Amino acid sequence: MTELNESLEHPVYNYKVVRQFAVMTVVWGIVGMLVGVLIAAQLVWPQLNFDLPWLSFGRLRPLHTNAVIFAFGGCALFTTSFYVVQRTCQVRLISDRLAALVFWGWQLVILLAAITLPMGLTSSKEYAELEWPIDLLITVVWVLYAIVYFGTIARRKTSHIYVANWFFGAYIIAVAVLHILNSLAIPVSSFKSYSIYAGTVDAMVQWWYGHNAVGFFLTAGFLGIMYYFVPKQAERPVYSYRLSIVHFWALVAIYIWAGPHHLHYTTLPDWAQSLGMVMSLILLAPSWGGMINGMMTLAGAWHKLRSDPILRFLVVSLSFYGMSTFEGPMMSIKTVNALSHYTDWTIGHVHSGALGWVAMISIGAIYHLIPILFRKDQMYSTQLINVHFWMSTIGTVMYIASMWVNGILQGLMWRAYNQDGTLTYSFVESVEASYPGYLVRLVGGAIFFGGMLIMAYNVYMTTRRDCEQVATPVPA
Amino acid sequence: MDINTLRGLITLFLLIAFIGLCFWAYSSRRKTTFDEAANLPFADDNAASNHREQQS
Repeated sequence: MTELNESLEHPVYNYKVVRQFAVMTVVWGIVGMLVGVLIAAQLVWPQLNFDLPWLSFGRLRPLHTNAVIFAFGGCALFTTSFYVVQRTCQVRLISDRLAALVFWGWQLVILLAAITLPMGLTSSKEYAELEWPIDLLITVVWVLYAIVYFGTIARRKTSHIYVANWFFGAYIIAVAVLHILNSLAIPVSSFKSYSIYAGTVDAMVQWWYGHNAVGFFLTAGFLGIMYYFVPKQAERPVYSYRLSIVHFWALVAIYIWAGPHHLHYTTLPDWAQSLGMVMSLILLAPSWGGMINGMMTLAGAWHKLRSDPILRFLVVSLSFYGMSTFEGPMMSIKTVNALSHYTDWTIGHVHSGALGWVAMISIGAIYHLIPILFRKDQMYSTQLINVHFWMSTIGTVMYIASMWVNGILQGLMWRAYNQDGTLTYSFVESVEASYPGYLVRLVGGAIFFGGMLIMAYNVYMTTRRDCEQVATPVPA
Repeated sequence: MDINTLRGLITLFLLIAFIGLCFWAYSSRRKTTFDEAANLPFADDNAASNHREQQS
């Protein structure tokens, strides 16, 4: 990032930290998805772990999930929240130094994760694998983030707090609470700790955390992106501001209860499983309310989709969001879950959310931001954005379709009984049957990854290109 | 009071709060405030300080 120079500074806003996070969003997106492609390939050709423990699936899988969720997704959220809070509150971040600490602190967390996870150091809690010293560092960085964010809101020059900031605020508070409570552990050495929870309680706390990492990190935060960048890119205010308020409160009130659907047919009490299922079903209403609010923002401006691939990224991400938030409640129904749980269907569901929704809305927002942050009129090549859009869409569809087929196949094979009560298929037969799906998934994932490389080239050329500078900004 | 009565009352309270919220959000008195709020993403735009959105 040495090419970032002082002449890019905005007279009012702190664009430096936004720019840093924006560039790292692309970098970590590529790293995280490359690891994803590698482990997808390992499932097709297991010898690709080269018999090295550091490259084994069990160690790289948490590296992949941490990299795409917290490095790529996290950087996208830092980028957009710091940008949106300044633009909609019309005030600079309260402290450049604290903002810089948040940036470097978060990069340090990512670096430590990239080192410790392949070494096999893990707390074994899904999506919270990092060991206790890193957990403490995350807590410090997150508190600094909250201070900068809410401090900036407190100093706003506008009377109203725009709805995107409500979603970002809820995400910051909820993630703090989730991270601290789920990571409570007793250290026994520098790199080993044991959770203070045990047995079923541990499982419940873990999935209360796990599902709300989805609900608040991967949903509320990205809805904040949606509420700013969709109106901005479409150049019209959100369809219904009133609906956005109802959307916000309904979403944050209900998401927190849905975690038990990860524990159907376990030792978790039946009533808790049923509660999780019912709450997950209710969740469809606020999810779709938000999706419709975003989509309808384009009412009367649908023609823009034809010429603007950035807007297409944002709107198609909403379609995937609508699809996966329909699929999720359906899969939380206990009888459906009896078929889908522990199969590749779950992996497909996660990726229709992660690739289709989270990644595509982030990519759209970053394409929107890069020219603004680097003082260019537009991205280097709109045509390449279009190519990236189609690669992302086709890659995602191939990924989720192959996982649907695999998941239903596995679910049916595992539950098939002979007349005498014995299982029809051994487990390994279901693995063998999954190979074609794994290959299609690898191809789909690789296409999506290829799109990210095109994005990196496009971003690099935009930052480098000697195009005409836009008139010097004046303070807002 | 039995803890379960309290739990039931909290559920009832949340339901009333949610319905109240809907009425509050959709009351006609708040229309202008919300229209103003909905335009906040464009409020700090002026020709000199910002780039034209691409594809405009």
